[in-house]
Amino acid sequence: MSPAHHGGAVVGWLPVLVLLAAALVVYAGAARRARRAPRGWSGLRTASFAAGVVLLAAALSPAVVQGAHHDPRGHMLQHLVIGMYAPLALVLAAPVTLALRTMAPAWRRRAARLLRSRALHVLGHPVTALLLDIGGLYLVHLTPVYAAMQASPAVHALVNLHYFAAGYLFAWAVAGPDPAPRRPGTPTRLAVLFAAVAAHSLLAKLLYAYPGTWPPGADHAAAMGEAAKLMYYGGDLAEVLLAVALFAAWYRRRGRRFAARRPVPAAGGP
Amino acid sequence: MAAARGDGGGGARFGRSLAAAAVIGIGLMAAVDEIVFHQILAWHHFYDRSTPAVALLSDGLLHAGELIALVAGFFLFADLCRRRALHRRAAWAGLLLGLGCFQLFDGVIDHKVLRLHQVRYGVDLLPYDLAWNGAAVLLLVAGAAATWWARRAPGAGATARPR
Repeated sequence: MSPAHHGGAVVGWLPVLVLLAAALVVYAGAARRARRAPRGWSGLRTASFAAGVVLLAAALSPAVVQGAHHDPRGHMLQHLVIGMYAPLALVLAAPVTLALRTMAPAWRRRAARLLRSRALHVLGHPVTALLLDIGGLYLVHLTPVYAAMQASPAVHALVNLHYFAAGYLFAWAVAGPDPAPRRPGTPTRLAVLFAAVAAHSLLAKLLYAYPGTWPPGADHAAAMGEAAKLMYYGGDLAEVLLAVALFAAWYRRRGRRFAARRPVPAAGGP
Repeated sequence: MAAARGDGGGGARFGRSLAAAAVIGIGLMAAVDEIVFHQILAWHHFYDRSTPAVALLSDGLLHAGELIALVAGFFLFADLCRRRALHRRAAWAGLLLGLGCFQLFDGVIDHKVLRLHQVRYGVDLLPYDLAWNGAAVLLLVAGAAATWWARRAPGAGATARPR
């Protein structure tokens, strides 16, 4: 790698770092205000947001970006961190809930109108999120997009942006604690998660089984097998965490329902 | 067994306890297969490249099922514990049935019907297949016996004796 190229990557990283740091400062400030309110704000949510920001900063650092540009293992690592782990950490931090609690009433009304909009219901449906997230992954790995990404850092940046946006949308639609009006019930979301896990591991095995064929026009076919394994096992852990988030929400809701019913049998009990 | 009787929350739930533990058993055996035989012993691998493409799809579905089964089973189990509705003996029976079911499914469908991979390579397969599926049958028999025992046990809970 030429020093000039490397210098370019560092300069490209700076705005990302500034943006991420700004997001963290805004979140932490709002969390401080929410903590003082009677309902409070969990420190775990703040820690989750910080973890998401750190993961994104690391995955977009010059060293990783350069590695990812020329090595399928590096690219797969970026997919896992940018598209799965960081979005999950940010979604679990419930930034929308925090915003709704701390915003001025006028802004809150605007946000509520947006949350009730039909476009958001369609976009935020778990099936839409599944198609955008896993569909995008298939598109990158089974079409010439992968070769285009190797040829152009701009295309690579766009792919990363898509990974992040689609990964966030998917985690929010399936297991997000933030408000999601008209979100389908747990069985539908579980079915979507099941389809996503199956499709993700199927793609990993396809890449492993046919390293010379897919992605078309890719360099370094030899490293693709390693990248596929990384995708398979790394994806597992992220999907287990997502399933835990989904079931933990179910468990909490059920606990509240049980607690609400409980006084009746206790009164007539032995 | 105090836990089996419950505390006014509807009593012990025989079927739910059995099902929740069976779901855990299925996920657990799948995890044992993945960790012990794939990773530690490396007897069979990630995917051995010898099988038809359709096996990849079925394997992806199976894999998704085992991951979600493990998480779902633990949360169903935790919910029963919290409501003091856990029927302990039914849960043990369910765990054994779940373990045996997955082992037999893996040994017959994955290894023989789909030929995804075999227990081991470069050796006479027969003793390995017999041990694999024999272990599955033993687990299932133990699970069936435990179910019978749980249904007959005194103080097994109101829903334990439907007849």
